[in-house]
Amino acid sequence: MYTQALDIPQQSADKGPRVVENPEYQAEFDARIDAGGYIEAKDWMPEAYRKTLIRQISQHAHSEIVGMLPEGNWITRAPTLKRKAILLAKVQDEGGHGLYLYAAAETLGVSRDELLEALHSGRAKYSSIFNYPTLTWADIGVIGWLVDGAAIMNQIPLCKCSYGPYARAMVRICKEESFHQRQGYDLLLAMMKGTEEQREMVQDAVNRWWWPSIMMFGPHDKDSVHSGQSARWGIKRISNDDLRQKFVDATVEQAKVLGVTMPDPELKWNAERGHHDFGAIDWDEFWNVVNGHGQGNVDRLAARVKAWEDGAWVREAALEHERKRAAREHQAA
Amino acid sequence: MTQQTPNPAHIEYVTRIGDNALILGQRMSEWCGHAPVLEEDMALANMSLDLIGQARMLLTHAGKLEGKGRDEDQLAFLRIEMHYRNLTLCELPNADFGRTMVRNFLFASFQVLLWERLLASSDTELAAIAAKSLKEARYHAQHAGDWVVRLGDGTAESHERTQAALDYLWPYTAEFFAANPTDEAIAAAAIGPAWSELEAAWEAAVVPVLNEATLTVPARTPFKSYGKFGRHSEHLGHLLSEMQYLQRTYPGAQW
Repeated sequence: MYTQALDIPQQSADKGPRVVENPEYQAEFDARIDAGGYIEAKDWMPEAYRKTLIRQISQHAHSEIVGMLPEGNWITRAPTLKRKAILLAKVQDEGGHGLYLYAAAETLGVSRDELLEALHSGRAKYSSIFNYPTLTWADIGVIGWLVDGAAIMNQIPLCKCSYGPYARAMVRICKEESFHQRQGYDLLLAMMKGTEEQREMVQDAVNRWWWPSIMMFGPHDKDSVHSGQSARWGIKRISNDDLRQKFVDATVEQAKVLGVTMPDPELKWNAERGHHDFGAIDWDEFWNVVNGHGQGNVDRLAARVKAWEDGAWVREAALEHERKRAAREHQAA
Repeated sequence: MTQQTPNPAHIEYVTRIGDNALILGQRMSEWCGHAPVLEEDMALANMSLDLIGQARMLLTHAGKLEGKGRDEDQLAFLRIEMHYRNLTLCELPNADFGRTMVRNFLFASFQVLLWERLLASSDTELAAIAAKSLKEARYHAQHAGDWVVRLGDGTAESHERTQAALDYLWPYTAEFFAANPTDEAIAAAAIGPAWSELEAAWEAAVVPVLNEATLTVPARTPFKSYGKFGRHSEHLGHLLSEMQYLQRTYPGAQW
């Protein structure tokens, strides 16, 4: 769902087949990128392009599956059967996004198991938005509205990114995300029409999620380590700050309809710029959470590792059964 | 079948089938995000969604039969424990993936037979729900049956875990076929089959798969459970306190 972490370096280089650099191929590759064409899995590509994509796509995939946890926290407590079904379907969609994205990363010569190992060992990053806790049912609506909303802004440009398998996965993902965003907003509208306590929950959730949501667009353009090269390669089409501004402008109007206020006294329309101004982002908070010191970092990763370790006997059994079945088939033939 | 006056046996019967789907759907949803592989996260969420969808249709129907204006959510979230009518098997904790799969297999195989018979129910609404749900139950039985075979005939550890799951769950399956006067009234009105008619067919469906999984089918014991008659295990109360939390904490709120 979320690509905030795409500019975040990993602690070690991605593994994969070595590609000999070749000036002739490089010229062909550059020409195709410049013409706005797609690079496919079997095409030659520079090693750095391949590594950047593996890092970005796998961080995105990890974000999807870690992202199942904060929302999954409310599935068993959903207030109505309809809301429970919507939330389950949404979290299931996120699992599906994880699958497409791991599959897209696999086209670059890395296995899902290797990528998961990098996640579980803490080497790989995922979107740090998921290290924030979901404290009330309103968080489910606010995640849909703000977090999915920010993710969509980030991801629509990726539908036209230069790597074909990633671009095609993103087309499907974006369609589902915009549905999730509408469902989240609808949940909040229902709560805002309800009791005083329900409205209080919504405002509290907005207060907690607003700043983390606008941090999802990543560091300011002047501080973004990968953005220049990624733009050159057609992986990144619009800058972090431009996307963030677009998100703020769109969201302020939606907040008015909803009847909530954003926790930013400096947020106001600037007629001269034709955009909303907003207060300074607390980047210390952002980097603290990215670097493992958010409220949920330890618990989220522990939950993923536990699921993986608890499931080891199941995966081993499936492999062993398949070996036995193949041996029996071979013997019968 | 159009009800002139509420028929308590009819309401009770539809509620039971609805509660089975509701409570097992709730249990299965606990897996979301915690399964052994991503594909199973999705499969379990999908099957949970199927069951919650069935529960919505059935509880809505039960509410209409009852005629007191209770909708699916009032029935799902605002009854007291002894008014739930699900099979005890559905409320037991998930435990490991092996027990989850064995339970799904035993239950879905039963649901397949029930939906097949309900296609011809004199309650046309129930027959329509059966037609939709039968396809889902067949998939659930196939999915879980495949896993039971893989796990039973996998490694020594998986065999041991799966046999333990079967030994634990098997006694609860006697409840599938237990009957009280409600069931006699239902069979007499051709709303649904007598449970005893399903027992042989259910064994014929599950035993070959358990054999293929190299599992030993446990012998029947005197153990009895009574969830469908309203006497549950200790586990249901905890499940309900979680599931009912928002509805109970904010009475009358709309969501």
